Amino acid sequence: MDRIPILKMGPYLLVTIQIDLYDRVALNLENDLITMVSKTEAKGVLIDISAVSIVDSFMGRILGNIASMSRIMDAETVVVGMQPAVAITLVELGLTLQGVHTALNVEKGMELLQDMIGLHSSSTEDDEEGPDDRND
Amino acid sequence: MIVMTKDTMQIVREQDVVPFRNRVREYAVKIGMSLVNQTKLITAASELVRNMLKYASGGKVILEIISKNAQTGVRLTFVDEGPGISDIKQAMQDGFSTGRSLGLGLPGAKRLVNEFDIQSTPGTGTTVTITHWKHGR
Repeated sequence: MDRIPILKMGPYLLVTIQIDLYDRVALNLENDLITMVSKTEAKGVLIDISAVSIVDSFMGRILGNIASMSRIMDAETVVVGMQPAVAITLVELGLTLQGVHTALNVEKGMELLQDMIGLHSSSTEDDEEGPDDRND
Repeated sequence: MIVMTKDTMQIVREQDVVPFRNRVREYAVKIGMSLVNQTKLITAASELVRNMLKYASGGKVILEIISKNAQTGVRLTFVDEGPGISDIKQAMQDGFSTGRSLGLGLPGAKRLVNEFDIQSTPGTGTTVTITHWKHGR
């Protein structure tokens, strides 16, 4: 398998990574996703990595790249379903996936995307911050 | 120390990374390592094998199951004949890279496993040995 399928659902693009990615496939995915964001004018990208057992610095960088590139193309990225062992390992490795939004599962990820995109379209004077609450 | 299983794998191209990781997983599963420890070991191995491909265009990895003081573990030895590292101390710092990477490979791998050793001679090559015990940390 050379390519990971990208599904379009409304203003979102959905990707489910079902295998441990070879580098070539990961780079193709990065390219394909950005092309699709541009072509479909998607507002959100959801990447499900629940079946991925290893995220090393290369894979982490790909996820970060996808998020940064999408943001430049006016789309938000949410990575969902990270396995606990992968999260523990990433932090010890020193990779905190800064700039990448995450959610526990697909459902929560979709909610987060909807919130972010809703927020962006309803309040135009808002800066590029995420939907964090500021009570103080 | 007793070596219980030993195997060598040649790493010459990027496509070797995933099969190599699977082999490491087989070894870790064989000794009953927990999922978190497996993940740490395989991720560290993945970083080191990438370094080997990037800086030395490949090399070989010796995979062993070892036993010492009633502990069982997986030991991996990465041997390359690349340019070597002139300043190991610098190479072990977070964020230092002579390539264009994030510079997490060596220091990150060290944090993930129980034992880490690096020997390098400029012009001759680099050998990195990591050991992760079944009940490590």
